[in-house]
Parts: sequence; C-alpha cells; structure tokens
Amino acid sequence: MTLDSLISWINSAVIFGTVIMFGSVGEILTEKSGNLNLGVPGVMYLGGVASIAGAHFYENYTDDPNKVICLIIALISGIIASALGGLIYSFLTITLRANQNVTGLTLTIFGSGMANFFGGSLNKLSGGVGQISVLTTSAAFRTKIPWVSSAFGRISEIFFNYNWMVYLAIIITIAADYFLYKTRTGLNLRAIGENPATADAAGIDVARYKYLATCTGCAISGLGGIFYVMCYIKGTWENSGTIEALGWLAVALVIFTMWRPINAIWGSYLFGACFWLNIYMPSSISQYISTILRVKQITHLQNIYKMLPYVVTIIVLIIVSLRNKKENQGPAALGLSYFREER
Amino acid sequence: MERTCAVRMVNITKTFGHVTANKSITLEINRGEILALLGENGSGKTTLMNMLSGIYYPDSGEIYVDGKKVSIRSPKDAYALKIGMIHQHYKLIDVFTAAENIVLGQKTEKSLAKKQIAAKIKEICDKYGFDVDPDQKVFNMSISQKQTLEIVKVLYRGADILILDEPTSVLTPQETEKLFGVIRRMRDHGHAIVIITHKLHEVLAVSDRVAILRKGEFVGSIKTSEATELSLTEMMVGHKVELQIERPTPVNPIKRLEVRNLTVVNPDGLKALDNVSFDLYSGEILGIAGIAGCGQKELLEAIAGLVRTEPGSRIIYYAPGEEHVEKSLIGKSPKEIKNLGIVLSFVPEDRLGMGLVGSMGLTGNMMLKSYDENGRIFMERRSPRKLAEEIKSQLDISTPSLNTPVRRLSGGNVQKVLVGREISASPSVLMTAYAVRGLDINTSYAIYRLLNEQKKKGVALIYVGEDLDVLLALCDRILVLSAGRVTGILDGRRATKEEVGLLMTTVEGMKAGVSEKEGTHS
Repeated sequence: MTLDSLISWINSAVIFGTVIMFGSVGEILTEKSGNLNLGVPGVMYLGGVASIAGAHFYENYTDDPNKVICLIIALISGIIASALGGLIYSFLTITLRANQNVTGLTLTIFGSGMANFFGGSLNKLSGGVGQISVLTTSAAFRTKIPWVSSAFGRISEIFFNYNWMVYLAIIITIAADYFLYKTRTGLNLRAIGENPATADAAGIDVARYKYLATCTGCAISGLGGIFYVMCYIKGTWENSGTIEALGWLAVALVIFTMWRPINAIWGSYLFGACFWLNIYMPSSISQYISTILRVKQITHLQNIYKMLPYVVTIIVLIIVSLRNKKENQGPAALGLSYFREER
Repeated sequence: MERTCAVRMVNITKTFGHVTANKSITLEINRGEILALLGENGSGKTTLMNMLSGIYYPDSGEIYVDGKKVSIRSPKDAYALKIGMIHQHYKLIDVFTAAENIVLGQKTEKSLAKKQIAAKIKEICDKYGFDVDPDQKVFNMSISQKQTLEIVKVLYRGADILILDEPTSVLTPQETEKLFGVIRRMRDHGHAIVIITHKLHEVLAVSDRVAILRKGEFVGSIKTSEATELSLTEMMVGHKVELQIERPTPVNPIKRLEVRNLTVVNPDGLKALDNVSFDLYSGEILGIAGIAGCGQKELLEAIAGLVRTEPGSRIIYYAPGEEHVEKSLIGKSPKEIKNLGIVLSFVPEDRLGMGLVGSMGLTGNMMLKSYDENGRIFMERRSPRKLAEEIKSQLDISTPSLNTPVRRLSGGNVQKVLVGREISASPSVLMTAYAVRGLDINTSYAIYRLLNEQKKKGVALIYVGEDLDVLLALCDRILVLSAGRVTGILDGRRATKEEVGLLMTTVEGMKAGVSEKEGTHS
C-alpha cells in the first residue's frame, strides 16, 4: 500500500465519517434527554432535500448567486426542515406520549418519502440530464481553509485538506461533549434521560428540556444530510437509499460511542475507514481473506467489508455489557415517556 | 428554641378518582419540633405530605407557610418555600456523583464549580454530623448512604421544613439510631421535621408530637410524652366495626400445608421472610395480617414456587386422600405446584398485571391456565369458552360478551373472573391477596361468599388482607407478620383489633405489650 493511497483512504474516511458524526452527535443529544429517536435517517433526508431545494431556487432566481447567501439559505432551510422533523417527533412522544420507537420509524419513512418525492421532482424540473445541480452552493460548501490546506505538504493533506464543514462537525461534537458533561444545563439534561421523575422533583422543566434537546439534536443530525448532499455528492440529488443507510449507521455510532460525543470523532472516522475498506484494502490481503473464507470472487468481499461498522458496534456492545460498568450504559430512561402523575 | 408554627394545612381534601385519600385534614407543623405522622398503610399520610412537596395539588383546602397563604404547584415551589421531602423511593440518579445529585436543577451558576459545591456540602455535613463523599457515584452507595445524600440534598437547597417518608424502612437498627441523632440535631437547629411512619416504637423514640391519620381522616394529635403504644394503636386502628360476614366453623380440619423455617431473601439482600413457620388446615381460612410489604407477597410466592427460598426452609404439602405422604414443595416448579392443586389468585397490587391479560376476553383468560392441556398446534377454544360461560353465569359477571377485553370490566368483575378461574380448577389450597381491594361493599361480600363456599368444600384458604375488621370477621386464625417475622398467630374469633394492630407494629427485640401479657392464641 502506498502512502498516497493511505492518505486518500484517510481523506475518504473523514468525509464519510463527517456525515455520520453530525447524525450521531445530534442523536446523542436527543437520547440524553431520554428520547430514542429512530427518525435520524428521515431527519437527515429532510435536511438534505430542503437545503438543496433552497439553494436551487436561489441559484435559479438570480444570475449571479452570491456564495455566502447560498450557504446561508442552504443551511437555514436544511436546519429548519430537520428541526421541524424533530418538532413532530417531540410533539408526538412528549406531549401526546406516543410510542417512541414507532414514532421514530415513522419519521424515517416520512422523511425519506418526502425527500425522494421533492428531490425527484427537482431532478425532473431541472430538465437536461435529469439531475439537479447547485454548483455555486456546493462549491461554497466545499471551500477549504485557505493556505493551511496546502502549506504543510503531507501534514496538510492528512489533516487540513478538507472543507470547513468537516471542522464544524468536530467543533460541534466537542461543544456537545462540553455542554453535556461540564455545564449545569447539561447535567440537568442527562438527569432527565436517566430518571425524569427525579429531575422533575428537582425542579427541572422536563418537557421543555426534552423538546429543546430533540429539536436541537435533529437540527444537528440534519447538518449531516446537508453535508451529504452538498459535499459528499457535490450538490446533486439522487433517489437512492444512501442517506437512510448512513442514518442507521449514525444510530449505530451512538451506541458505539457509549453516548459520549467525544468518541464520535474517532468512531465516525473508524466507521468511514471500514466503509472504504473494500477499495483501499491491498489486493494481496483481500486475496488472502477470500481464500480463508472461500469466497470465489474478490469483489464479493466488499459486502463483507461493509458489514464491519455494524460488527464493530456489536463487539463494542458485548464488551461493554461484559464489563458491566454503570457509567457506560445508555440513559436509563431511554425510550420511556414521562408523565408526572403516573406512579 | 421557641416553637413557632411553620406550616398550617387547613381542611385539605384530595381524591383520586372515586377514592378519597385525604378528607378535610387540618394539621400544624412547628419549628423546633419532630412531628410523627402515624397511620396504617393507605391512611393518606404520604398523600398529605406530597401536597406540601408539590407532587400533588389539593382539591380543596388551604396551606399556610409562616402564616402566609401559599399555593404549591410543583416541587420547585416547595423548595422556594424551604420545604424538602425525602421520599421513600430515593430520587437520585445512579450514574451521577453525590455532588452532581445535590446540585441537580439548581439555577445558581452555569458551570459546575466543583470546589465550591464540595465546600458547601462539607459545611452542611459538619453542622449536622453527616458523612458524604461528594465524588462517590450513587450506584456505589449503601442504602443508608443514599438516604444521607437525600437529606443533604434537601438541606443544600436551604430547606428548613423536612419531611421524611418512612425513613427507617430500609435501615438497620444501628443506622436508624444514627438517623435519629441527625434528626434531633436538625430539630435543635430550629428545623421543622415530619416523619411519616407506622412503627410505634420509633414514634415514641424520636418524636415530640404525634398526629394520627386513619383512612384518610385526621384522628387527632397528642404529645409523645403523653402517649403509649396502646393508646396510639387504638387511635391508629380505630374501634371495631361489626361486619356481617358469615364464618362457618371449620369441619374436620386436616393438615394440608406445613411451613417450617421459611426464609426468603429479596434482591436487595434483606430478609423478606425470616424463619416463618405455620400450619394450614383444610376447611379453614387463615388470615395474614401485616403492614404492606412485610413479607405477605413473598410468603404466597414461596408457596406457589415463584421465589427462591433459602436453605433450611421447608414447605410440606399433604394431598387430600394421601395425608400420610409428605410432599415437599421446595424446588418444585410453579407448574408442578399448581398441578398439585395449590393455586394463587389475586396477586398483590396488580391483578391485571400478573393474573389476567387485560386485552384478552374472558375466554382467552381462561385459556391461560389450560393452554397446554388439549391440542398441540392449534388452540382448542371450546372448553375454555364453556368454562367462561359457566363462571360468567355462576358468579354473575356483567360483561357485554365473552370476548370483551377484561380491562374494560369493573374492578369487581375482574376479581370475580380471577377467583372464578382459580376455583374452577378445584384446588385444595387457595391463596388470595387483597381480594377486595378497591371493591364496593356488595362485591366484597360476593367475594367473601365465594371464599366461604370453598371453605365449606374443605379447601384450605390463605387470605391476605389489609382491613383488620374483615380479617377478624372472616378468618378462623390470623397470622400476623411484622418485618418478615411471625409475631403471633391469633384465634380470629377471640382476637381484638388492638392485639392485631400491636403485633403488626411489633419489631423483634422491641417490647410487645399485649402479646407478652396474654400469650399467643391458636
């Protein structure tokens, strides 16, 4: 394996990882409030399609689209759409106390349906090759940090050769970790996820915290959808199930991180590295593995490689449950609705 | 210290559905005084105090704190009035440290200034003699450490009116003594303290004044120095109410069940049952009396094979017709025990949860007991339906159809379904717990009649009840449990309410007034 291909592997892993890092940090915030939102894929879909729709209409409206306005419009429309997804979920599960699993799964179906309907329509509307493309906006999203992205040779290639969203994801992740574990508000939020009755008795407004955490969490998850559309597939739309697959990977990553946002940074890059294993794995090793596993064609191995993030998650689950440390478990009241007078 | 009135509750009434938990209660809580709130389970003590701590809101009545009329709508309001309650089930977060639990929900500053918090905790600990490590995680703490933490948490929030709900129920005698020391110190600092309890000796040991509730009503309050165990028991259980319940004399009693040295340890490692021994005869109703949670549930479950017993426990069953054969029930599966003719109906607290499936109809619930009798692959519905019809007409169950989900039936009808199903298996031992809980008078009598019919058939019955008047009117013998031990087995025809009440509150090692004077009956 050459150094170039190693760097290229790292770069691909980081870009891939950023999508699910956004997704899972948002979900960690949501889950810490005791809401198990399985609507992450749907929320990412909503964020992605809204941002491209917003950008598309702006770019078509003016002959000379301004990059900054492109960014702002795409971000705002994406964030609002995904936060609205969170609001639907919050209203159903917190106010109406609907079952969280069912509501979350419904949100995923709803989000993917909405996004593929509107995304597909945009593709039709754009005419031509049948694929929408928001060049200016995508270029704005893929802006790299000037100077440092090339100044230090190999170091720059590994660490600084990314667009600004990659660093935004890291900043948000660190901020989320600091918020959860170092501030009073974060303490209160974690208390709600552990034991809402206790938090309530301590004078914390449980419903308000849950609403805010879920909507904010969804907005962050939605950034993953925006990043996917604008950077990963470069400002286009395709009616495929990729966002949904990435969304589930983000949910798996939440468990993998043991609900610590800080772990999502390396966890998401690790998942990304696993995802691209089939391309960057030296063929001699692949050959060797396929002999052991008696796989007839090496190409069939890639499906096995793609399983790896999930396998790793299961292994982590097993190890954690064997060690049985209380701190590493998920929020105790995760998935349960809270109603003060029910006791 | 001068005793000023901290809280005055006037004409407080609270109802849950059709149950009146508190009926027009007027109560005063003074500073520099320990008030014991005494009453049986279900007498409304905790409900009353929950209205001070903001968990419930009274239907009517007024609350005055320091002479000012207040409205306490949430725990936050209570803290603002410096009222803090230590609940029976600790409200602590397991994965947090002591310090994190203490500052939870506090609005003072945004960051977690660990040093300042630790300093303030230490100050409180030094003042009252607590021992709390701010960095210890709650899941590593013993029960008494958790309780200490709860008290410190309340004091940290500046509370000077403290309510402790059954604070000693989980403590060892040494820990209890320590707790009392702390409580007395808090009183000496001018705090108002309320202890909710049903243990007489504790009332006498620690309180300055006793207020007694009975069935949601305020009976009165007296100075502890003027009270005795007997006078308190009388106030607590009230005068005997004559009930017209039939009690046929047992005919030809034969020993059915022999329980010896039965010990059961609960998941917390405490003894739920401690060396319990008794016999059960055919054609009699053996009543089990005791404060809720004294081991009644474990006793029934041990006989039914649902909980593990400790080594040395013996439960011997003598089947009808083969009285000379000893059959040990220990180690048998619940199903084997059921097949011997020992059935358990009315599982405490939750008759729908463990006895019946709420969303199934009568027929479906009958099948729960016979699902494995006929047919291997497909369900056989004919005989359960027939049984359901029989029970429905015999016990006069009002339901729109046999397939109406049982959770839509009224409480009384649900009870009848359960008892009907258990009786249909023609058991030789029938165990019931809280059979008439939540039922109106007429339905209750219908249940008593059903039990008496079984008794006349020669079935041996165990009746766990909470209403002493019913126990005294229905049962042939009454076994009294207190903290998992048998404190007496009395003759149901001769025992008095005070006797039973006193035995219920007797704790091993404490002097039991009546039982020693008169000895045990049976």
